[in-house]
Amino acid sequence: MSDPELRRRLYRVMVLARACDDRVAALKAQGEIAGSAFLGRGQEAFSGAAGLCLRPGDVFAPAIRDQAARLAFGETPLDVMRVVLGRRTGWMRGRDGNIHRGDWSRGILPFISHLGAMAAPVAGVLLARRLGGRLGDTVGAIAIGEGGMNTGALHEALVVIGVERLPVVLLVADNCYAYSTPRERSYACRDLAERAAGYGFAAQRCDGTDADDCLRACQAAFAAARRGSGPQMVVADLLRLAGHGTHDDASYVPAELRSRYGDCLPLFERTLIREGVLSAEEAERTRAQCRAEVEAALQQARSEPAADAATDEWRVYSESDLLNLRWRR
Amino acid sequence: MKYLEAIRLALGEILAEEPRAFFYGQDIAGPFGGAFKATKGLSERFPGRVLNSPIVEDAMAGLAIGAAMEGARPIIEYQFADFASIAFNQLVNHAATTYWRTGRSCPLVIRLPVGGTPGGGPFHCQMPEGWLTHHPGLVVVAPATVADAYFMLKDAVACRDPVCVLEHKYLYYHLESDFDPATAEHLGLGRAALRRRGEDLTIISWSGMVHRALAAAAELESAHGIAAEVLDLRCLKPLDAESILASLAHTGRVLIVHEGFPYGGVAAEVLALCCERGFAWLDAPPQRLSARDTPVPFHPDLFAAYLPDERAIVQAALELASF
Repeated sequence: MSDPELRRRLYRVMVLARACDDRVAALKAQGEIAGSAFLGRGQEAFSGAAGLCLRPGDVFAPAIRDQAARLAFGETPLDVMRVVLGRRTGWMRGRDGNIHRGDWSRGILPFISHLGAMAAPVAGVLLARRLGGRLGDTVGAIAIGEGGMNTGALHEALVVIGVERLPVVLLVADNCYAYSTPRERSYACRDLAERAAGYGFAAQRCDGTDADDCLRACQAAFAAARRGSGPQMVVADLLRLAGHGTHDDASYVPAELRSRYGDCLPLFERTLIREGVLSAEEAERTRAQCRAEVEAALQQARSEPAADAATDEWRVYSESDLLNLRWRR
Repeated sequence: MKYLEAIRLALGEILAEEPRAFFYGQDIAGPFGGAFKATKGLSERFPGRVLNSPIVEDAMAGLAIGAAMEGARPIIEYQFADFASIAFNQLVNHAATTYWRTGRSCPLVIRLPVGGTPGGGPFHCQMPEGWLTHHPGLVVVAPATVADAYFMLKDAVACRDPVCVLEHKYLYYHLESDFDPATAEHLGLGRAALRRRGEDLTIISWSGMVHRALAAAAELESAHGIAAEVLDLRCLKPLDAESILASLAHTGRVLIVHEGFPYGGVAAEVLALCCERGFAWLDAPPQRLSARDTPVPFHPDLFAAYLPDERAIVQAALELASF
C-alpha cells in the first residue's frame, strides 16, 4: 500500500479533476463554451495516479480524459478555464479549445484530435534529449484509450519507442467504449496488455476503479522506465462515466455494465475513511476547497479578454521574412 | 558538381555547423547511405546523428515534431515523396498547425524525393506540392538547380518553421553544373528566380520542369524568334507574388508548366494570382500545361505522353504568343 500522504494527494487530485469537469459541464450547459466539452469522469483514479508519478522535466501527452493527470502534473484550473473559454491569456489563445490544450515548455503536449498522433512526438522529445546528452532520468508518458490503441499512428510510434528503447510509459485507459463502440469491437485479444510484448514493452494491468491498484501499477511502471528498464505499458480496466462529450448521453451503455464498474472517486474516499487515512470532515473540506478553487479560476478567466478576430495576430509562420531567409553561420 | 552531390555537401555541412541537427529516415545510415545515396558517408563522419528509422512514415514526422519542439533540428528523409502521404496527418495537422496553435516554432525539415522517372509508376513519381501547400503553416520549396539544391536545404535548416524540400529524382544524377558554394549567388529561401529573360511571354515553372521550360524557350528563340522569359518559382509556399506579377507586367503573357496533376494545386494558384492581381497587364488568358489527370503511368511510352514535353511547351507558347 502506498504511503498515506501520497494517497491523500491522489484523492485531492481526483476531487479537483471532478470539480473541474463538473464546472466545465455546467458551463457547456449554460452555453458559455463553444463546441463540445470532454470529461474524464470515472477515469480520475488511473489518470491521477499516473500524473502523480510524473516529475518536473518529464513530458506528458494527455488523451481526452486526463484532467486528473494534467492537474497532478502542474496544470491549474485557471489553465483549464482560460482555454475552454477561449481566453487570449490561455495557452491556446482561442485558436484551439477544450482538451486540445498544452504547453510544450512545461512538458504538457497540446493534444491534436487524431488519436495516437501525440505518441511519436513524445518519442521525439526523448530522442532529442538523448542525442543532446540531457535525457537523465526523465520519462515520457503517453495516454491513450482502447480505441486509440488501434491507430496506425500509435502503432508506428510504439515500434520506434521499442526499437530506441526510450523511457516511455504508455497509459492505456480501456474504458469500454470508443465513443459508442464497445471494446469487443475494438480488439480481439484477451486484453490490450497482450500487445505489449510485440512492441518490446513490459506490461502492468490494474483495476481502474481502484485508486490504490492504479498507484501500484503506475509507480512500478514509472520506476522501471526511469531506471532504464525500457518502455512500459499500463492497462487499466474501467468504464467511462460520461458520454464521449457533453453532447452524448451514452445511452448505449447497458445498465448491467454500469452496475459492474464502480465510480473510482467515492470508492477511494470510502476506503480512505475506513482505513483512517482521511476523515469524513477532511473529505468534505477537500471537496469544498476544490469547488472554490475551480470557481475562483473561472471568475478570473471570465474577467480576462477573449480572443479578438480584429486585433489578434493571424500569422502561421514564425519567420517574419521567409522571402529573404538565408542560412548564416 | 551534381545536384545530388550538392545535397550531400549541404547535409554534411549542416551536421558540422549545426550541433542540434540530426537525420532520421529509412536506410540513410551506414554504407548504404539512403535509397539515392544523399547521406552516404555521413553516419561514419557523424556517429549517432544519422539514424535509420523503421518503416514508420507517420512516426518519422511525429518524432521530428517532438524533437524540433525540444530544441533539436531534425531533418527527415522520405524515401519517396509518395510515401509521405502516410504522414499526411502529422505534416498538415500537426507540424503545420503548431506555431499557429501554440505560438512556438516547429523547426523541422522534410526531404522529399519527388517527380517522375520512366518506369517509376504511380507510387514513386508523384509531385506532392498540391496537398502540402494547401494547408496553412508549411513552407514548401522545390530547388531546380545545383546551387538551389545546396542553398535551399541549408536555408530550410535555418528556418524556424517546418520546411518541405522537394528534391527532384531525375535531377539527382542528371543535373550537373560548375557550382561553387563560395562564389555562387545565394538567393533568399522564398524568392523566385528569373532563369532566362525575354519580352514576349513568361513561362513559370518549378522543380524538374524548369529545365524543359528552358529548352523550350531556347527553341522558341532560335526557331520562332520568340523571346520567352522563364521564372523558376523555387518556393511554392509562400509564393513570391511580386516576382510573378513583375514578370507578367513585363511580358503580358503567362504559361505555367509543371509536372503535377492538373486539378487545383500550385499552377491553379499562380494562375488565379495572375488573374486576380495582374488582370490589367494580361494580353492573353494565362495558360497551364500539367501532367495528365491520371495516376503516373509505368510504361516509358505512356510516361512520356503523360508529361508535357518540350514540343508541347513550344506549341502552347506559340498559341499564347499569337493570341
